[in-house]
Amino acid sequence: MASPTHVGGGVNVDDLPHVDQPMIQMLTPEGKRVPGGEYERFAEDLDDEMLRLMYRDMTLSRRVDAEGTALQRQGQLGLWVPLLGQEAAQIGLGRATRPQDFIFPSYREHGLALTRGVPPETLLGIFRGVSHSGWDPQAHNLHPYAIVIGAQTLHAVGYAMGVQLDGDIATGDQDRDTATIACFGDGATSQGEVSEALTFAGTYNAPVLFFLQNNQWAISEPTTVQTKAPLHTRGVGFGVPGVRVDGNDVIATYAVARAGLDSIRAGNGPLLLEAYTYRMGAHTTADDPTKYRSDAETENWRAKDPIRRLRRYLLESEMADQEFFDGVDAEADELAAGLRKACVEMPDPDPQEMFSHVYSHEHALVSEESAWHAQYEASFAEAEAR
Amino acid sequence: MTDVFTLPDVGEGLTEAEIVSWKVQTGDTVTVNQVLVEIETAKSLVELPSPQAGTIGALLVQEGQTVEVGTPIVRFGGTGGADDAPAAASGAGGQAGADAAAPAGGTAEEPDDAGGATLVGYGDRGGSGSRRRARRAPAAGSSAPAGQTTGVPADTTTATPAATSGAAPASAPPATPAGSPAAESGPVLASPGRPLAKPPVRKLAKDHGVDLARVPATGSRGEVTREDLLAYLDGAGGGGQAGAVAGSGPVAASSATAGTGQPERREERVPVKGVRKATAQAMVTSAFTAPHVTEFLEVDVTGTMDLVRHLKATGLLGEDVRVSPLLIAARAVCWAVRRNPMINATYADDAITIKHYVNLGIAAATPRGLLVPNIKDADRLDLAGLARELGQLIGQAREGKTPPSAQQGGTITITNVGVFGVDSGTPILNPGEAAILAFGQIRKKPWVVDDQIVPREVCQLAVSADHRVVDGETISKFLADVGAAMENPAVML
Repeated sequence: MASPTHVGGGVNVDDLPHVDQPMIQMLTPEGKRVPGGEYERFAEDLDDEMLRLMYRDMTLSRRVDAEGTALQRQGQLGLWVPLLGQEAAQIGLGRATRPQDFIFPSYREHGLALTRGVPPETLLGIFRGVSHSGWDPQAHNLHPYAIVIGAQTLHAVGYAMGVQLDGDIATGDQDRDTATIACFGDGATSQGEVSEALTFAGTYNAPVLFFLQNNQWAISEPTTVQTKAPLHTRGVGFGVPGVRVDGNDVIATYAVARAGLDSIRAGNGPLLLEAYTYRMGAHTTADDPTKYRSDAETENWRAKDPIRRLRRYLLESEMADQEFFDGVDAEADELAAGLRKACVEMPDPDPQEMFSHVYSHEHALVSEESAWHAQYEASFAEAEAR
Repeated sequence: MTDVFTLPDVGEGLTEAEIVSWKVQTGDTVTVNQVLVEIETAKSLVELPSPQAGTIGALLVQEGQTVEVGTPIVRFGGTGGADDAPAAASGAGGQAGADAAAPAGGTAEEPDDAGGATLVGYGDRGGSGSRRRARRAPAAGSSAPAGQTTGVPADTTTATPAATSGAAPASAPPATPAGSPAAESGPVLASPGRPLAKPPVRKLAKDHGVDLARVPATGSRGEVTREDLLAYLDGAGGGGQAGAVAGSGPVAASSATAGTGQPERREERVPVKGVRKATAQAMVTSAFTAPHVTEFLEVDVTGTMDLVRHLKATGLLGEDVRVSPLLIAARAVCWAVRRNPMINATYADDAITIKHYVNLGIAAATPRGLLVPNIKDADRLDLAGLARELGQLIGQAREGKTPPSAQQGGTITITNVGVFGVDSGTPILNPGEAAILAFGQIRKKPWVVDDQIVPREVCQLAVSADHRVVDGETISKFLADVGAAMENPAVML
């Protein structure tokens, strides 16, 4: 394969160890730790404490997710997008990022958001219809959820090109070198935006990680009708090498993401990381997966559950005991109760807020519309007064 | 927190759902997220978890009833206090008077665009309506802008308070904003131009061949509402059954019809929806894509009956297992499939896919209508396993609890028409399958055995098959094999 000739120097994909390798796994579904080859050293940070933290992250994510689904069923949310089954992929990546890295999520990244310090109740605003985002993207280096499929990959590459122009890569300063992460799914790979993003990332050698959570289903379309080639090879023709990791294995996901992000921050150019996982729940609460996939398939994946395998490993290697697990469960219940309370009590926003983030500066037309709308709203109050 | 749980929109823009089964009773103590009820929407069966801990004061909607999003379905707290009940029944609010009195926020108060349409992305009308309404003047009641994202600015300036009140009692004829084509009269019989109605209502009218101009309109802008149309259809269909349709209860309309002196209940119009609709579509698809051929065979099933009696008497398959002739027929089909694999196939995309497993469908008359749940990998089960699965399948079907997953992936089907006391039929294939066996009633008949006429237990078997997949030879061999197995179950050993 030819190395791309372009601005910013190139990377010869043949020099990278990632192409055409089988799926990287370091923790089997049975909870057995297996060597991760060249990635093993990137898992060195994962001491007992870190593994317990990741167990906690995953369990809390799952509980937040379950509560989100329940709140939707109770009419408190207009919609919820379950992440059930994808906890390891998100926590593994999230814990491998550094504070200065910037993440562009799709709309299922609740676990990832928790690792970026976003309070879970803030995630609900958009699904309750009271906010367009809910959190300050700059405070968490987490962009608002993108609803338009694949659009965020272009935003991410653009941001990464900006990072490149700022010179915030390859300085060797651990707190300065910055990677950008574009989260997307298997379905999004069929969107033109993703190909465009890969094109720019490749030709500009942008410091971006394409983090592809392949959960096997684009709503009701299986990956088999989306692609003939394995998705981790999708970037190769664009000059973006890829690697596939067991996305239900939090250790491998962490290690491979860590390796990739280090490489990107060092200026080696973009990478595509396919986290091979499974969406155990519905696409959204408006979807009924029993209509298009078999119980047998779901059961097969249930046996590969990400949380259960880490729990087994922690227990059998005596890194955690029952008391720890009970503690996490109690914390999860408490979190869920707080989440429920915050959701139900969430105030309706001031309607004027919808005008406040359209442009960063004063804008004549928006101001005019804002003024008109204020008057319109006021007319109801007057009618009430009469 | 509210003490009433209103039916939420569990999809995106669903407007109604059927209450399938209650999981709690009045007086039960429930915890947060405990499942209260199972509902069926246009999209799926969904369980609704409790939004709060407490005691169930009352279940406000009966099983089998279809209600609109926003309708109170559960009241928490002490029992008694029946004041919530009417709201549940009134639903769409064609009779505005009753609706205006409905307590507690969340009932959908707009009478016009309810029901039917499932438009993804239209959002939770009931919920947003109630929140907005708190800020709005109830007296002004200009309900249209509140719920509609398309709310035209002109609404507020042209509409005088009370003029367009969605919640106003029926005594006030719905006026319309000045300038609208229908402005002059109250209950509009025929607008000067094209009658006003929303697209789903137009579609419904077209489907029924109704000229909308003939339908009395009660909408807030003089438009024909869904309820108007249903009331009109009720009237045209013979009156008397008002209220049966979509719970709209257009009392005025039906009494008006009675005045026309039409005989009552000569005909009855039953809206096609839910399982009936799905069945209709599946049957049309099947009948007009797969060329059906049906063959018959009369079989002496005394051997099967002896086996059934023996198994029942000895309890060999287990105490709690129900043994029936259908069980042996199910086993016989699995056995015959193995000998004739082509019968267990699908014709699609210019290829025949032969299934080397049997997901055995059993056509079942359930409270929800005809369902065909199937037993997965029925061919790999031993007789006891098959009996257990069959029992569970029938039990679920009888209780109306067949999950959608049980209805998918079937490969071949048995329809047990015998239970209705008939001999045979020409069944239509379950779409995607190549064969279906009709199992007739078993009764004693004179039968020739060794040149002697003796009473034997006899039944008819019929197989319909997809002629694109199999020819007469395969169908005949399959049917003969099923017959042989029923005649002498020992051949299956």
